[in-house]
Amino acid sequence: MISVTINGQPQELEVSPETPILWVLRDFLALTGTRFGCGMGLCGACTVHLDGTAIRSCVTPISVAAGKNITSIESIENDSVGQRVQQAWMDEAVAQCGYCQGGQIMSAVSLLTTTPQPTDEQIDNAMSGNLCRCGTYPRIRKAIHRAAGTESLSTHTNGSQVQANDTLFREVKV
Amino acid sequence: MKTSDNRDQALQLANVSRRSFLKGIAASGALVLAVSWDPATAESEPRKYGADYMAHGWVDNPNIFIRVARDGQVTIINHRGEMGQGIRTSLVMVMADEMGADWQQVHVEQAIANEEKYGNQDTDGSRSMRHWFEPLRRAGAAARTMLEQAAANQWQVPVSECRTDVHAVVHTPSQRTLSFGSLAAAAAELPVPARQSLTLKTPDQWRYIMRTSNQPLAIDGMDINQGKALYAADMRVDNMLYAVIARPPSYGSRVKNVDASKALAIAGVVKVLELPSVTQPSGFEPLGGVAVLAEHTWAAIQGRNALRIEWDDSPAGDNAHYDSEAFRASLESKATQPGKPVRQVGDFSQAQRDSAQHLTATYYAPHLAQAPMEPMAALVSIQGDHAEVWSSVQNPQATRDGVAKRLGLKASNVTVNCALMGGAFGRKAKPDFVFEAADLSKAMGGRPVRVQWTREDDLHHSFYHTVALQHMEGTLDHNGQVSGWLHRILAPSISSQFAPDSGHLSDRELTQGIRNMPFDIPAIQQETGEALGHVRIGWFRSVYNIPHAFAIQSFVAELANAAGQDHKAFLLELLGPDRQIDPRTQGENWNYSEDPSRYPIDIKRYKNVIERVTQEADWGKTMPPNRGLGLAVHHSFVSYCAIVMDVEVTPTGDVIVHQADIAFDCGPQINPDRVRAQMEGACVMGIGIALMTEITAKNGRVQQDNFHQYLIPRINQVPRTIRVHAVNSDLDVPLGGAGEPGLPPVAPALCNAIFAASGKRIRSLPVADQLKS
Repeated sequence: MISVTINGQPQELEVSPETPILWVLRDFLALTGTRFGCGMGLCGACTVHLDGTAIRSCVTPISVAAGKNITSIESIENDSVGQRVQQAWMDEAVAQCGYCQGGQIMSAVSLLTTTPQPTDEQIDNAMSGNLCRCGTYPRIRKAIHRAAGTESLSTHTNGSQVQANDTLFREVKV
Repeated sequence: MKTSDNRDQALQLANVSRRSFLKGIAASGALVLAVSWDPATAESEPRKYGADYMAHGWVDNPNIFIRVARDGQVTIINHRGEMGQGIRTSLVMVMADEMGADWQQVHVEQAIANEEKYGNQDTDGSRSMRHWFEPLRRAGAAARTMLEQAAANQWQVPVSECRTDVHAVVHTPSQRTLSFGSLAAAAAELPVPARQSLTLKTPDQWRYIMRTSNQPLAIDGMDINQGKALYAADMRVDNMLYAVIARPPSYGSRVKNVDASKALAIAGVVKVLELPSVTQPSGFEPLGGVAVLAEHTWAAIQGRNALRIEWDDSPAGDNAHYDSEAFRASLESKATQPGKPVRQVGDFSQAQRDSAQHLTATYYAPHLAQAPMEPMAALVSIQGDHAEVWSSVQNPQATRDGVAKRLGLKASNVTVNCALMGGAFGRKAKPDFVFEAADLSKAMGGRPVRVQWTREDDLHHSFYHTVALQHMEGTLDHNGQVSGWLHRILAPSISSQFAPDSGHLSDRELTQGIRNMPFDIPAIQQETGEALGHVRIGWFRSVYNIPHAFAIQSFVAELANAAGQDHKAFLLELLGPDRQIDPRTQGENWNYSEDPSRYPIDIKRYKNVIERVTQEADWGKTMPPNRGLGLAVHHSFVSYCAIVMDVEVTPTGDVIVHQADIAFDCGPQINPDRVRAQMEGACVMGIGIALMTEITAKNGRVQQDNFHQYLIPRINQVPRTIRVHAVNSDLDVPLGGAGEPGLPPVAPALCNAIFAASGKRIRSLPVADQLKS
């Protein structure tokens, strides 16, 4: 029996202790907003918060969470930063297929909680563990800036995304 | 289970009934079945185009798509697959706008598979809006007309005095209004007005269609952001088992021995079943292997890890020895030999003899896996003579027909529920994973079984994007103009998935950028060389356009450089005078199923996107050191796309993509924000194809297991600035595709920019570490 608090609800779980948090949430508790993408902590689709810190639930055994708080995408709207991020995601129409976006949002909330006004470099560092095959990254970046209230350099004109100047460019190593 | 003979089913799938045949062609690439089918001769009936051409065509009856409740709630059915392109929003928006519904009172309901009722549901080929805008406008307009008639009847006034305002009908002279809800029951009793009697809204009357900012309309947006959106893997029913399958490592190999004792000892594992292997060509048949069924996914995964399986590779033949590097070398040696003619204009040999310069270049593009973020999943439950399916598929009807056939049920007794697709990119047009679940449920006496693919399964058992080797030769005359062009392609065909492998690309595959190449060159010679498939080959977003555009658009830049001319000016010159080319005059009879008289190859539209993108990117400006602009243009899915990439190559050989400018002409943009999103997404995916993404094989095994080896772009590897510029977005041309045409020009634009920045020419994708050292 493992005792954890999930989205504010105390739970007594009868699962083997090495079961990844991902499968406990999905298969035992029917909290399906946390997604399976890789099973190796490489894509971030499974991101949840453990005592407020973003973790990859597909590689984190439930035993690690004993006595702790797990927050998943289903309850992040109860967090003021979470609500702001979700709204920014709507305003920028970030999602395409949407499969990765729960994980993206959980990572973004974690970033903005510790770093309320992140730079682009800080966004890169915090978000580079979350893959999006649809390629919504430019909008994810804008949505984070919007949620942080630092979106002033971005505008929409004539169906094009126009950004103010070259200083936004940064070094990217491939 | 082991005794059931799936070979017959495989053959049945591949065999030609008129309908399944058309569906095959429909799937954006080309089956070999299509090759033998010359529309000019095979049928005496007139050739059909566009939506008319598709299996089950189109439907515009409002009673099929629209319901109005007494409380005013409008429910609109979306029958096309949602995979991130936003079609659930965009098509519903079209109907809602035409009928005059208030978006806040509109609900969307996803159709089950039923093409006889809804018309074609096969969601690929970038054709949902292109084929459905007009029929669904009519459905919306017919619903509006019926509501207006119901109001006129109630007021006992001429219907001409009634008009629709937002979610209500107004009697113009008296300004009385009746809400949609209050008219619902009476309107439902009225006959559907004749198609030709409908009055469609004029563009100035639209409230949602073609509005530049449609973000607030995103119908699944908040569900996605709150984790409530449902994909195939989220479906569950009582008594369901979770299955994970160990599939044969090479295409065609089979289980020799399996020791399941350790797997069965794992808590939660219920059963281990051996599945029949495939014979080639295997169509959409499952690959076979050993399935572990368990009480939850983790137990099934653990159980699979504990299986001890000895594989028999002999049925796989050469596939069991497939080595993509050695295969490349064999293609390279063959590429210098003459191939099978595709199209010939003038005399290339003569052009070569008369030339001032003769250039040769060989381009290589590797296998890719679609790798949608949602790995494949499907749930099937069988009760008596009825089966129910929950999955995320691009072609629901083929899924339904295939499940019915293998279970021996009538298609009408198979219900296919369509969840959201967590990405697809062509992979989910092949329902092998659904058939696995059907077979397992049947083996368990009908008990519900949900099959879950892992990422390793996805990368090891994809229907891979083809590998392609292209030999190019070009001649320049004494004025620096291109006098001759030779294009020889060696690439496995998707046809090999459905019929004995001819070793050559099919006509349909060659129309994706080769046969319909528009350049005005006196001598053109296009050929195919032999290349056999050794893995499953399938559709990947934009399909053969990817390698074709890479070779053609890179080689044009190489010729421009050799001629000492500006690439943009050279490209415009090569396109020749403004004109509209009937693709049939180049032996191109596909044209993405569209009527060539409505959708000719339009040189002016090519030039428009080139001019626009170079203007926006300030082509010709002085660039900082180690930095350059690269240009490419491509026409696919009857749309036109030109891209300029701004790239830096550092002294250590790192590539930094600073900015992408994209000019896109798909004709009218019905939901401009989603078109822009498709362009942004295609750009990101294309940067991956150019720089890092690759599937390789050795000893018959795909070498990439997961995202640490199969590299796709991350947020820190793509430009912060991706600008999309709409060209020709008015209603003066018919609609083009939007989901795929953004992808083909990305890699050549990026590689041309690398050349401009570094003087190094990339002829092999991905770039990876080629610029190091």
